[in-house]
Amino acid sequence: MDYFFIGTSFLKIVCLLAFVLGLMNYAVYAERRVSAFMQDRLGPNRVGFAGLLQPIADAGKFLLKEQFTPAHVNHVYYWLAPCLAMMPAVITLSVIPFGSTLFGVPMVIADINVGILFVFAIASLGVYGIVLGGWASNSKYPFLGGVRSSSQMISYELSLGLAVIPVFLLVGNLRLTSVVQYQIDHGWLIAPFIGDWMNPGKWLLAIPMLISFVVFTIAILAETNRLPFDLPEAEQELAGGYHTEYASMKFGLFFLGEYIAMITGSGIITTLFLGGWHFPGIPDGSHGPIFGLINIAVFFAKVCALIFFMMWIRWTLPRFRWDQLMRLGWLFFFEIALVNIFIVAAIMAFLPI
Amino acid sequence: MPITVPRPNLNWRERMFLPAIVAGLAITWKHFVNMLFRRTKVTMEYPEEKWDANLPDYYRGAPALVRDSDGRVRCVACQLCEFICPPRAIKIIPGEISRSDRFAKVEKYPEEFDIDMVRCIYCGMCEEVCPEQAIYLRKDYAITGFTREEMVHHKDKLLEIGGVMHGVVLKWNAKK
Repeated sequence: MDYFFIGTSFLKIVCLLAFVLGLMNYAVYAERRVSAFMQDRLGPNRVGFAGLLQPIADAGKFLLKEQFTPAHVNHVYYWLAPCLAMMPAVITLSVIPFGSTLFGVPMVIADINVGILFVFAIASLGVYGIVLGGWASNSKYPFLGGVRSSSQMISYELSLGLAVIPVFLLVGNLRLTSVVQYQIDHGWLIAPFIGDWMNPGKWLLAIPMLISFVVFTIAILAETNRLPFDLPEAEQELAGGYHTEYASMKFGLFFLGEYIAMITGSGIITTLFLGGWHFPGIPDGSHGPIFGLINIAVFFAKVCALIFFMMWIRWTLPRFRWDQLMRLGWLFFFEIALVNIFIVAAIMAFLPI
Repeated sequence: MPITVPRPNLNWRERMFLPAIVAGLAITWKHFVNMLFRRTKVTMEYPEEKWDANLPDYYRGAPALVRDSDGRVRCVACQLCEFICPPRAIKIIPGEISRSDRFAKVEKYPEEFDIDMVRCIYCGMCEEVCPEQAIYLRKDYAITGFTREEMVHHKDKLLEIGGVMHGVVLKWNAKK
C-alpha cells in the first residue's frame, strides 16, 4: 500500500472539494451581483460587507428549511435525482489538473490516461438527474423540463465530443496533464502561434482552434444548462422546470450541481484551450511551493474569468427554443466541428507544426 | 383574421448572429462597468438615503393638525373631515371653548382628534374639505407601529407632525 499516495490524494480531494464548494457559493453571489449590475440594479449588498456573507446566509437557509416531499411523487427517484444531478459535476473535477506540483505532488486527483473520455462519460450522466427529477416529480412542468433536457442532450453532446478532437489530434494523447504540457511547450491552443511567430502553419492552425474553442464553449454552455440553453429550467415558461417540486436542500443540490458543473466546464475549457495552470513567465511547482500555489491561483483565475463570461452571456442573450437548439446542434455545430477535424488534420499533414 | 408576421430576409452576416451577439455583449458590459464604478445612479438605498429631499411638492403623506402663529389649534371641530373621510379614519370628539377665552367666539375645539393610520388612504379630502385650513397632508411617509393602537395618531401626535403653519387666513383674530 502506498500510504503517501493515498494520504496526498485524500488531502487533495478534501481541499479541492472544500475550495470548489466555496467557489460555487461565491459564484452564486457573483451571479446575482453581476446580473444586477448588468440590469442597473444593486443585487445583494446587505449581509456583511458588500453582501459577501450572503452565500452563507443562503446555505443556512437551505439547510434549515423543512425537507418537504409532495405526496404525489415517486419517492425513490425523487430523492435520488438531486444526488444524481450533483455527483457527475463533482466527480469530473477529479481528472482536471488544477495546478502543477506542490512539494512534488502533482496537483491532479486522478491522472488517468482516458481523461477527456472520462469527463464526457461522467458529465453526460448529469442529464439523468434532471430527467429523473422531472419524471419523478409527477407534475407537468417538471416533466416538460426533463423531456427538454434529454432533447437538449442529444443536440449538443455530438458537437461537444467532436469539437475537442482537433486538440487531441495535436496532442496525440487523451491525458489531460499531457494536454497542459503540450500547451506549455507549444503555446496555448487558443493561440498556438505564440512563441513561434514565424511559423505559418501555427497561424493557420489558430483558425480551426478558435472555431473548436467557440463550438466547445457553446456546447459546454448547453451541457451546464446555462442560458441561452437553459431549456430544462426556463423559469418563465416552465415555472422552474425540473426542480419545480423541489424545496430546501434538495433544490439546493440541484443548484449546487449546476454551479459546480459551471466550474468543472470552465476547468475543462481552461485545460483544453487556455493553457491550464500555465501562465507565460511563471515557472511550475518544481521551482518552489510558492510557484505551485501561483499555478493553482492562475488556473482558478482563468476558471473565474470563464464563469464571468458565462454569466455575461446569460444576461445578454435570450433563450433558444428547443427546435432552434436542435437545429443549431445538428445542422451547424456538428458540421462545423466535423469539417474542423479535417482542416486540422490537413494542416498537420502538409505543414510543419 | 390571421396576421402574417413579416420575416425579414437576413443576409449571411446577419444569419451568423455573431455581430449581433457581440453588440449585445458590449451593451451589457457597458451597463456592468457603469454600475461597477457607480456612474449609473438608479437605486436609492433606502434606510441610508431617505426620500425626504426628493419628494415632490404635491406629495401627500400623513395628515396632521396645525397651529397658527398665535399658537391656537386651528381645528374648530366642525367634523367635516370626519364626514368626508372615505375610509372613516378620523374620529373627533368636540369640546366647548370657555366664555373667558380669547377665542370664545370659535365656540368649539377638538377635545380628541384621532386619525387611524391603518385606515387612512392619503387621499387628501380632509385637507380639501377643511374650511379652517386646519388639517394638512405633510410629507411624513414612514408611519409604523407594532399594534393597531400604536397606528392611531392622537391629537398630540397630529399637532407634533403638523407644527405651526404661517401664512394662513386668520379669520378668528380680533378686528383691527
